[in-house]
Amino acid sequence: MSVLIYVNHNNDKIKKSTFETALYARKVAEMTNTNEVIAVSLGTISDSSLSVLGNYGVTKVLSDTNPLFDQFDAAVHSKALAKASQEVGAKTIVLSQNSNGKAIAPRLSIRLQAGLVAGATELPTILGNNFTVRKSVFSGKAFADIGILTPIKIVSLNPNSYPVVKGEGTAPVEAFNSGVTASDVKVRVKEVKTLTDSVPLPEAELVVSAGRGMKGPENWGMIEDLAQALGAATACSRPVADVHWRPHHEHVGQTGITIRPNLYIAIGISGAIQHLAGVNNSKVIVVINKDPEAPFFKAADYGIVGDAFEIIPKLTKAVKAFKAQNG
Amino acid sequence: MLVCISKTPDTTAKIAFTNNNSTFDTNGVTFIMNPTDEWYALVRAIEIKEQLGSGTVTVINVGPKENESIVIQKALAIGADNAVRIDATPDDAHFVAAQIAAHAESENYDIIFTGKETIDYNGSSIGGMVAELLNLPYISLANSLQLINTTTAAATREIEGGVEELEVDFPFVISAQKGMAEQRIPNMRGIMSARSKPITVLPPKAVTEFTAIIAYELPPARTQVKLIDPEHPEELIRLLHEQAKVI
Ligand SMILES: Cc1cc2nc3c(=O)[nH]c(=O)nc-3n(C[C@H](O)[C@H](O)[C@H](O)COP(=O)(O)OP(=O)(O)OC[C@H]3O[C@@H](n4cnc5c(N)ncnc54)[C@H](O)[C@@H]3O)c2cc1C
Ligand SMILES: Nc1ncnc2c1ncn2[C@@H]1O[C@H](COP(=O)(O)O)[C@@H](O)[C@H]1O
Repeated sequence: MSVLIYVNHNNDKIKKSTFETALYARKVAEMTNTNEVIAVSLGTISDSSLSVLGNYGVTKVLSDTNPLFDQFDAAVHSKALAKASQEVGAKTIVLSQNSNGKAIAPRLSIRLQAGLVAGATELPTILGNNFTVRKSVFSGKAFADIGILTPIKIVSLNPNSYPVVKGEGTAPVEAFNSGVTASDVKVRVKEVKTLTDSVPLPEAELVVSAGRGMKGPENWGMIEDLAQALGAATACSRPVADVHWRPHHEHVGQTGITIRPNLYIAIGISGAIQHLAGVNNSKVIVVINKDPEAPFFKAADYGIVGDAFEIIPKLTKAVKAFKAQNG
Repeated sequence: MLVCISKTPDTTAKIAFTNNNSTFDTNGVTFIMNPTDEWYALVRAIEIKEQLGSGTVTVINVGPKENESIVIQKALAIGADNAVRIDATPDDAHFVAAQIAAHAESENYDIIFTGKETIDYNGSSIGGMVAELLNLPYISLANSLQLINTTTAAATREIEGGVEELEVDFPFVISAQKGMAEQRIPNMRGIMSARSKPITVLPPKAVTEFTAIIAYELPPARTQVKLIDPEHPEELIRLLHEQAKVI
């Protein structure tokens, strides 16, 4: 009996979403009277980078460093993960509901005949044989408690849903042979292009977002200055991306990406329901809009009514002063 | 080509529950075809057919009879050639995927499209499950799809902070999202011709459900917004630090 997690890594670094799944899995292990949290890492990464997982509750890492895994093919990753799960007798498997997790988890569900809750937001409730996981539904407008009816359970955890607190300990890293060969690879990755140098938007804890109220792309300098002062990623509303004021990967909402940062600052965005669908699970929402009747204020924790062109430079100054004082 | 289409509440629908929070209250809710299925998956399949000057676009829906008028007719009006409806209530992702896979198994589709995710249950799971059930490659969250030749296609896929460019041979499963195509509004001719296009209704095959919905809950309402004097934005910074503790 053990809880298994899948390690997301890139350039010899483990992604924060994996620490979230590690700590979540640690808690599930305690709830199910298991001690073992086993992390499975696929592809090129050093043992020393992997042993850090011990700080987050992982008891052992299985690493198959076959470079085949460096080019992502969901079929190959799920095959290897299924083999590891079967070898260690995993009862619960936790992944992150990110671009790779969304591709792997459903395949794994079929391979292991294991029920999947995709987009979990909380720890499971376990009562006897009942294993229930809360997830976000209706694009953030509600939660549903989903019971997993199969003996093996798969939880795909929404990014930024579980707090990361670094603890002590190192995890031993063992070589693992998943048995995957070149003939298993069907998706040929030609190139991976990076679109931002900063933190990718879905992983960002702080986000500064702006909409049509900014009037034109030439005015985004002040948005970027504020984001930079805060160490935040930038986002935008859909019309702004549609007219190419901003790149499409910044578009949040129903048809864009869904984010749940700790802080979402919305500037010159009216707060249409389709926009809210992508951001309403953010922990704290700040709205800056010149129209006091803008619907976004109803979804906000803090608001400033006024002209963004006057407020943003002042706000950036205040952030810089705060950072100078608080390091 | 096969395009999986689902029925979802309209994007602006008010979400409420009945029966002690165990049932979604459909009272007054308008249903639509799931946006990513309609705008991206379906339209891209039709475009590919137009480009080739040959081929067929079949849409499939796992759902009750009423879905024929809510989603299937519209898909046919936009340009799908025919439709399959599996007559069952779609409660569980494995159940739905197994129905789609069972139909696809005998039909030799070159490409099976799904949308990125449904806007009600937001699982993003059906495509991957269908791919695994049929032992096919799966490209999730694709923003573009081009045919290279008669055996191979090129696609791009969104990942955190970047895009992946990849190639894959037919047959495969792909989930479509923004960028893949432009929305098409059905025209009068499409709507008229939709009426004569065939809809095959099939009974579901017996499949074990892996999950069950136990209950719903609405999120706690946000407390009323705290307004800050625009002359003193430093007050906002103080509150974000001391009260909200997010910076
Ligand atoms: C099916 C569907 C899906 C959609 N998906 C999405 C989606 O994914 N994401 C999305 O964002 N939208 C989406 N939309 C569009 C959405 O309905 C809104 O039209 C859009 O979000 C509005 O963008 P906006 O707030 O930037 O612009 P507007 O609605 O034009 O709002 C601009 C705001 O800026 C304020 N403003 C103007 N000048 C200033 C100033 N000087 N200082 C401060 N404030 C100022 C105004 O008061 C106003 O509130 C979708 C729509 C549909 C129908
Ligand atoms: N009942 C259904 N019938 C046919 N296709 C569906 C159904 N439910 C979901 N799909 C397809 O699977 C995709 C992903 O759905 P989901 O995994 O539920 O987010 C959707 O965008 C549809 O293309």
